[in-house]
Amino acid sequence: MDLFEYQARDLFAKHGVPVLAGEVIDTPEAAREATERLGGKSVVKAQVKVGGRGKAGGVKLAANPDEAVARATDILGMDIKGHTVHKVMIAELSPEIEAEYYVSYLLDRTNRTFLAMASVQGGMDIEEVAEKTPEALAKVPVNAVDGVDIEKAREIVAQAKFPAEVAEGVAEAMVTLWDTFVAEDALLVEVNPLVKTKDGRILALDGKVSLDENADFRQPGHEALEDKAAANPLEAAAKAKNLNYVKLEGEVGIIGNGAGLVMSTLDVVAYAGEKHGNVKPANFLDIGGGASAEVMANGLEIILGDADVKSVFVNVFGGITACDEVANGIVQALELLKSKGEDVTKPLVVRLDGNNAELGRKILSDANHPLVQRVDTMDGAADKAAELAAAAL
Amino acid sequence: MAIFLTKDSKVIVQGMTGATGMKHTKLMLADGTNIVGGVNPRKAGTSVDFDGTEVPVFGSVKEAMEKTGADVSVLFVPPAFAKVAVVEAIDAEIPLAVVITEGIAVHDSAAFWAYAGAKGNKTRIIGPNCPGLITPGQSNAGIIPGDITKPGRIGLVSKSGTLTYQMMYELRDIGFSSAVGIGGDPVIGTTHIDALAAFEADPETDLIVMIGEIGGDAEERAADYIAKNVTKPVVGYVAGFTAPEGKTMGHAGAIVSGSSGTAAAKKEALEAAGVKVGKTPTETAKLAREILGG
Repeated sequence: MDLFEYQARDLFAKHGVPVLAGEVIDTPEAAREATERLGGKSVVKAQVKVGGRGKAGGVKLAANPDEAVARATDILGMDIKGHTVHKVMIAELSPEIEAEYYVSYLLDRTNRTFLAMASVQGGMDIEEVAEKTPEALAKVPVNAVDGVDIEKAREIVAQAKFPAEVAEGVAEAMVTLWDTFVAEDALLVEVNPLVKTKDGRILALDGKVSLDENADFRQPGHEALEDKAAANPLEAAAKAKNLNYVKLEGEVGIIGNGAGLVMSTLDVVAYAGEKHGNVKPANFLDIGGGASAEVMANGLEIILGDADVKSVFVNVFGGITACDEVANGIVQALELLKSKGEDVTKPLVVRLDGNNAELGRKILSDANHPLVQRVDTMDGAADKAAELAAAAL
Repeated sequence: MAIFLTKDSKVIVQGMTGATGMKHTKLMLADGTNIVGGVNPRKAGTSVDFDGTEVPVFGSVKEAMEKTGADVSVLFVPPAFAKVAVVEAIDAEIPLAVVITEGIAVHDSAAFWAYAGAKGNKTRIIGPNCPGLITPGQSNAGIIPGDITKPGRIGLVSKSGTLTYQMMYELRDIGFSSAVGIGGDPVIGTTHIDALAAFEADPETDLIVMIGEIGGDAEERAADYIAKNVTKPVVGYVAGFTAPEGKTMGHAGAIVSGSSGTAAAKKEALEAAGVKVGKTPTETAKLAREILGG
């Protein structure tokens, strides 16, 4: 889960990373009091989870509380690269800046370790720095067991060739940033820019944090950081039912068991769509190994509730769960939805293979549901589902 | 011979007495796996009856190894306790730990991986978030259905559980030496490369099927390894061509970030290494069949 800048700032402050004062507001009028609390001047910063907001006009200085209200009025509701600004941060004005740096910690998947990155060329897109002047970006592996103490932080700072007069201050900030990374179960903590001010301070002026949702069990505070308003309503409904669902842009609804098989199903449907009106998969939905009637009904309900969906492809490989159980699940799910008054009118193509496939297929044939068609190969079923979706367009 | 797991493997189950552990221990026993014990400190000294087979419960991995000679542990421990359980397996120096648990926090998996390294990598870790591995006709350590296929000469390594089953099913008449599900998490123990090396060295494997998916660069590195080190034919499949950038597709590791981790890049790298890559699982199985038949 990616956080807004103000949420990152709050977490940094909590773990001792030096930041400026700031508070988040969602009405222009609130900018006045917030600016007054900061002594009459402020920076008004759009809160969007996308880069380049400065260039887009999403960051403005306010010399007095009235100006802060005016700037907040301009920025709230602004569209930045497809993201509507619903919140702005009213931040303390930075002392004069002498230098801008970059520091981060993230997971290095390739080496199965954590990685510290640091550069004295901060303030701009770090991917650009990495590409144009890779020697200016130090990458230092961090062992998950050892972590980053002041000695390790000094090593990182030395490798990135920070000037002597800021080295210790940056190293101290690197330790607190590591504390944030570990204590919050983050996948990424990034400060860009980390600045040196004329009065000699080291400050994190902007930052990005991404949190690991697998750690929610020990991070009770993280749920409140979720941006529920921005979630797609279908994705939110699926999440409430513990379904692994991602909304996509197509017309063929997909239900399958197992992440890999569902990903593969999306591909196979997209290939089939090339022959049928260029229809595409409408979603990713993994109902997991169990595939009980209830889970199947929950999944079907979400997918049939998607107005973009014209046909549904249920692709199940019976592993531990036998296909007869899955077939019963589908039949019961359709009855369950009907009894709940749901309007089930979209055609379903079902492919069952694996454990007890014959039994499962027989159950579907015997049920003889007018909307359900059985196709026994994955490629064939994808073709049929795409054909039905194209016909309904 | 097979890889990592044979009929001689003595298997213990960490988390055996939980609901998932019970269910799958029963299935593994039915597949002929030599299960010699379970681990649960609170139930040490008791035993569990699985349709007439009494399986003793030990207080620790170390005790189970001392009393039974166990050399494989399968873990069905809930995510919150998985790190402690894997560290225990590493401390006991059990040669193979198969971590089935899904949903382990990255800071935990990175920590136990680093810990395994600090202890000299005496424990091979498979997973987490994986279906385990099977050597058909000999032993099954994990949740792969035992009745899909028979013993044969194809080696399979896959990030995905259900795609493993699908591929085993497509090629069920030819059969498999071993099938290894390495898991779809960002940090995993055994990699494609580890399994490729083992299959290359296994005289009972004639062809290797490798299944990958979006995210990370494991497939690209495997392609490089194949080009330099693998003489046996390799057939590949990559899932996730239609996955959009920035959306996690079920597996925590399956995400395209920017230009990295795309299925197209992986397919291209594999093909450049001489791997025949199928467009669908069915087509991939056909490619394997053609190579073995001709």
